[in-house]
Amino acid sequence: MSDAIIELRDVKTHFPIYQGFLLKKPVGMVKAVDGVTLSIQRGEVLGLVGESGCGKSTLARTIMQLVPTTSGMVIIEGRNLTQGTAASLRQTRREMQMVFQDPYASLNPRLTVFATLAEPLIVHKICPADQITARVAMLMELVGLAPRFMQKYPHEFSGGQRQRIAIARALALEPKIIIADEPVSALDVSIQAQILNLLADLRRQMNLSLIFIAHDLSVVKHISDRIAVMYLGKIVELGPAADVIDRPRHPYTQALVSAIPTPNPDVERNRQRIVLAGDPPSPIHPPVGCPFHPRCPHMQEKCKAAVPPLVRIEDGREVACVRIGEI
Amino acid sequence: MIAPTSSSSAAVLPEPLERGTSLWRDAWSRLRKNHLAVLGGVVLLVLALACVLGPLIFHLSYQNQNLDLGATPPGPQHWLGTDTLGRDLLARLLYGGRISLMVGLVASLVALVIGVTYGAVAGFFGGKLDSVMMRIVDIMYALPFTVFVILMMVFLKEPMQAVDAWLSRFALLSNLQGVGKILLLFGAIGAVEWLTMARIVRGQILSIKRMEYIEAARALGYGRRRIIFRHMIPNILGPVVVYTTLTIPAVMLLESFLSFLGLGVDAPMSSWGTLIKDGAEKMEEFWWLLVFPGGVFSLTLFSLNFLGDGLRDALDVRASKD
Repeated sequence: MSDAIIELRDVKTHFPIYQGFLLKKPVGMVKAVDGVTLSIQRGEVLGLVGESGCGKSTLARTIMQLVPTTSGMVIIEGRNLTQGTAASLRQTRREMQMVFQDPYASLNPRLTVFATLAEPLIVHKICPADQITARVAMLMELVGLAPRFMQKYPHEFSGGQRQRIAIARALALEPKIIIADEPVSALDVSIQAQILNLLADLRRQMNLSLIFIAHDLSVVKHISDRIAVMYLGKIVELGPAADVIDRPRHPYTQALVSAIPTPNPDVERNRQRIVLAGDPPSPIHPPVGCPFHPRCPHMQEKCKAAVPPLVRIEDGREVACVRIGEI
Repeated sequence: MIAPTSSSSAAVLPEPLERGTSLWRDAWSRLRKNHLAVLGGVVLLVLALACVLGPLIFHLSYQNQNLDLGATPPGPQHWLGTDTLGRDLLARLLYGGRISLMVGLVASLVALVIGVTYGAVAGFFGGKLDSVMMRIVDIMYALPFTVFVILMMVFLKEPMQAVDAWLSRFALLSNLQGVGKILLLFGAIGAVEWLTMARIVRGQILSIKRMEYIEAARALGYGRRRIIFRHMIPNILGPVVVYTTLTIPAVMLLESFLSFLGLGVDAPMSSWGTLIKDGAEKMEEFWWLLVFPGGVFSLTLFSLNFLGDGLRDALDVRASKD
């Protein structure tokens, strides 16, 4: 844990729900992120998976400080972001950047590629004015776009090209870490692989750290060093990528892994799939005890007693399940 | 980490740049294909130029009376005839056009600036501020407009006269009678028209506030002002432009309505509204006094509406890229 670039300590992001007409009263809390402790090493790729609504995107926005943190600490390079001033936060933005899910929504349609990529350079005074064009051209080449397109507008590009522009924009500030929030889920399958390879290449070239968010394990398994599995605002399993996929320990991870399709039809036909019953419970009224117990195939009475903590079961492997020794 | 390999852009850009088409240019090319809208724009331009330059070129006077002449039908001497006091109708129409077009432009501009700023602030900051600001708009909506203007005219009579007295001290401006009242007219109309604009802008801002490119701008550490003015407002200008072009005719109608009631421009100055009012009183004897002002006014409104419709079609993103 010595070379951590980002550390999260018991981070909670809760959104109050208001009801009432004139005097609005908070009637409940959506616990989107509920006590996440995590650290990401320099140059590491962390895959973050979980089903829709489990708080992955909120966690990303919490790390980026785009939503207010309820409690806990987000520490980057030794600075706690949850207590900084707006000005110091703006400065810290250079260290971390985000790539959004939908490249059709994440680029300002009124700005050319040049304007989109030059703006961060100007705002953060990254390079002298006479080098901005050269720097923009270099960023475009870095993500595999021809610089001659720099005066074009987002609507003149395909989805994959737009996502490249979004990645170039994130790289403009030379961040140490990039948070990619489902960067390929809005793209065609054939394009997905290109963007994944681009991210993997960039990470190698620039020694970037990456938090790669997806709702589907098959997307993250190739690119990640470690995988964190999230369920209802909490991390339920964490470990080296290959390990988590090959020997999932938490029942929820086991279900996710069993849903990865295999390219071999014979294996595919006889594959055992764990089908989870029901929908994820509401994050407003999470179940008492283990949040997964209503859907868990291994549920016992003791699962309803208390929220299981994330405990280290072997080196680098952490699981939040009270029956970990038995299943 | 990243270092520019070369300092000059020519060296990094061996190939010629390909030019992109901005959404504005796209809209412009679509607008040009809409013949009615182009025609509307040309008619407006010609009318505006005539109103501004006409009186200067022909040395016409809107107030020289010729009681011996009285009302004469259109002829070679007076192209559009004269009114009962022998004043040249063409001159009065052109001078009146200055007032009417100016009211349309200035009051719409007032409404535009107040409405966009107010709506953008309410939408961007949201929460309690938004609630309070929009309730104020609701209350102002509920005021009956005519009563509001009459009250303004009554209570602001003295300041109006003070403005006139102050202006008359300057020899150059001494012929600008009733300017105070006209300013009040601008204010009164602008004060009502911005309400709808504020609502439109607030709604638009709310709808793009959660867009990912706004989040991206925040993640990149841009300031609030940059986000509002560079990333938000340009993306909501479509509906704003369209609504503005449709506000101008509405404002001109309001002015003629107020002048018709005697709350607008005072004689001997004219506006299209007062000319139509005078013409309507005498239309059974002197048809030209109603037909020409009414015709020009209708033509202007038609043109503005065609242009506004054309702009709406041109700027509508849903129609453009599907």
